[in-house]
Parts: sequence; structure tokens; C-alpha cells
Amino acid sequence: MSGFDKRVSSYEEALEGLEDGMTLLAGGFGLCGIPENLIAEIKRKGTRDLTVVSNNCGVDGFGLGLLLEDRQIQKMIASYVGENALFEKQLLDGELEVELTPQGNLAERMRAGGAGIPAFFTATGYGTPIAEGKEVREFGDRPYILEAAITGDFAIVKGWKADTYGNVIYRHTARNFNPLAAMAGKITVVEVEEIVEPGELDPDAIHTPGIYVNRLICGTFEKRIEQRTVRS
Amino acid sequence: MALTREQMAQRVAKELEDGFYVNLGIGIPTLVANYVPDNIEVMLQSENGLLGMGQFPTEEELDADMINAGKQTVTAMKGASIMDSAESFAMIRGGHIDLTVLGAFEVDVNGDIASWMVPGKLIKGMGGAMDLVAGADNIIVTMTHASRSGESKLLQKCTLPLTGAGCIKRVLTDIAYLEIEDGAFVLKERAPGVSVEEIIAKTAGKLVVPDHVPEMDIPA
Repeated sequence: MSGFDKRVSSYEEALEGLEDGMTLLAGGFGLCGIPENLIAEIKRKGTRDLTVVSNNCGVDGFGLGLLLEDRQIQKMIASYVGENALFEKQLLDGELEVELTPQGNLAERMRAGGAGIPAFFTATGYGTPIAEGKEVREFGDRPYILEAAITGDFAIVKGWKADTYGNVIYRHTARNFNPLAAMAGKITVVEVEEIVEPGELDPDAIHTPGIYVNRLICGTFEKRIEQRTVRS
Repeated sequence: MALTREQMAQRVAKELEDGFYVNLGIGIPTLVANYVPDNIEVMLQSENGLLGMGQFPTEEELDADMINAGKQTVTAMKGASIMDSAESFAMIRGGHIDLTVLGAFEVDVNGDIASWMVPGKLIKGMGGAMDLVAGADNIIVTMTHASRSGESKLLQKCTLPLTGAGCIKRVLTDIAYLEIEDGAFVLKERAPGVSVEEIIAKTAGKLVVPDHVPEMDIPA
């Protein structure tokens, strides 16, 4: 009996069932808090025609940028994709489809997806190109557009610490989109830096309760810095 | 003389009030953080999920898990809080930010703003800009008054795809501070040494010029 123990023994097992054509949600902002080993496993596994939902698409040679190298991504839903030359090339060559969505909408669309809310009205984007074809309704004296929720076949998430039951704590701004992706995945896979026994984490401090987490694995992380900025 | 980037930041900093939560965009807005008056407290919000952004880290403090919305490594100030991206944007979209400062390509007399996309050039994405302009009541746009080739950026109607419609009420350029009222730019202040005539010449949208337009109070 494994009960609530979410641990799996390998990255291969962590992503078992991820198939061509699926929708994959990925936590992270830039290279901060990205599930780097799960991404590397998807590259190794060679899954193709993925729709990837993530704020950014990594950089050349790291993070989600790795999945561009063998053209594993068919469509990207993101708010900003400017850090990546290969992305640019594939987009211009028509090999890659992109749906740009405002950052707050992206976060809320995943949160809504995880919370069973199919769509919501927001002022963000009204009157802009992203409002085209979307329902508009006025509340009070202001127009709002209808944005659909996002869910994924799989979510890949990077946490800091978890207990074996999959209760997760994130560290600093590496939290970002991770808890939202975790909520919205049909199968949510979390990789962390440390796994402890249930009871060792303060219940008040949990960011992602284990109910959202299906698989858990402990990894080691490079944590590459995108813009190294220090004061003298 | 047109204002320097630093002088523009200094002028925006005069709009900061004690106890303000502030979101600063990339570029000139970021410089505003350098000119917070000593006698007030403000807290900077970074939309990736940090309220209370501190200074850049020392080599010893450097931490890959602590970055700002520009993806630069930063620190958290005393009294900071960290949240996920949905909550960070709830603050923005729910109107809880006291002041937002951001750049733009164009602004028009209806308060429309274009800041994220130039057709024919590569589109990188809007990031959080559409949320910021839709969610904030108090926004200052900072930009040069005209392009390098002399084309006005203060228009009757924006020509580029919008970031938001009817969102903008205040604009600081390198030569003027203007407010948008009733379908027109109203000239409130001019940069030291800049004539009203120059501002009129460089403003394509409808411009209201009061009898007296004071010079900005900017340290030399």
C-alpha cells in the first residue's frame, strides 16, 4: 500500500503516459523555478507535437528551449518569448505556432482551470488584438472580455521541499507559475530539491497541498541565472 | 533642454507618496527607484511575485531563486512578501497598486496606449503590460515626445496595436508633462528651457495649452 506516497523512482516513471500531441503546462518564470530535469527527460523521451503552456520558452540550449531543438513543440502559449533565437527562427519559418496571452491572464487561466472555473471576464486586453473574437460584456460602466481556463494533460512543476504526500513549498520567486500549473494538470509531476517525511513541514506553510500532486521526485538543479545583476 | 532619462525619473519620483505600492516597468521607469525621497517609504512590486523588491544582491547574496520581472537577480527588502503569479496579478488587476510607471511607443487623446507590438517586426509578447494598464487607476507613461526621426508619439489615435484602451491619464515625456482630459492632452509643465511652441510642434494629437505653463522643478 502506498497510500498518499507520491514518490516515483525515476524521471522516466515520472513522465510515463506523456504522449505526442498532449498539452503540457510548465511552471517557471524565465529560467527561475523551472522543472529543468523533467524538461530534459521530455527531450530524451522525444515526445512530439506538444502544446506547451508556460510564461516563457526558456533560452537557447536550456529550459524549454531544449524542446525546440528537436521540434518537439507544435504550439506555445506564453506571455513573452523574446529570449530565444531558435524560437524566433521556428516561428518565422512557420514550424511553430504561438498564442501570446497577457501574463496575468495566463496565471488566472491556469488557476481557473485548476479550480473548475471554465472561463472568466477580465478588463485585461479589452480593445487590443487579443480581444478579437472574444465575448465582451459590460459590468458597471466597463467592458470586459471572456477568457477561457487552461488545463493540461500533464503539468511539470519545480518545488523546493515536499513531503512524501506531495505537499509542496516553493522558495522565493521560484514560486511564480508553479502552484498554478500544479492545480491545472490532469497529471501533475513535481520535482523538488528535498523530500521529507509527512509531519516535518508546517501545514500552515504549504503552498501546494498534496491533493494536486500525482507524482513526486527529488532532483539536483543547475539553476542557471538569466540576468546576473549584483551591486558592488 | 530635453530631460535626460535620469531627470525624467526624478520628475516621476515627485509623484511618489508615503506608503505607496508601486510597479515600475523596464527602462526609464526602473530608474525612478533611485530617486525615492528619503522622508517617505514606498514598496516596489515585481509582477513575477515579489512585493517589496530590494536592491541588487552582493556576490554573497546572489540567489538564482530571487529575481525581478526583468529576470535580474534582486533581494527582498525588510517587510517584503512573495506570492504566486496569480496572486501577484490579483494585486495588479484588482486595482491595489497605487502607482504604475511604464514606457510606450504611442499614447493618444483617448488614453489608449500602444507599447508591445510593431507589425512587421518580431513580436516578443506583452508580458504583464496589458494587465498593468487595465488594472491600475494611477498610471504614468514615460517616453520621448517624438521618435528619432521626429514623428510625434502623442497622437489623435494610436496607429500601432493597443496594449490597453482608455487607460492612460498622465504622460511624462522628455520635454513635457501632460494629462489627458476630455479627449485632449493638457500641457501641465514643460522641461526647463523648452518652449511651448516646441511642444505644440511635436504633439500630433489635440493639445490644450493653458495661459501659463510652468517649468518643471528638476534638479540640474
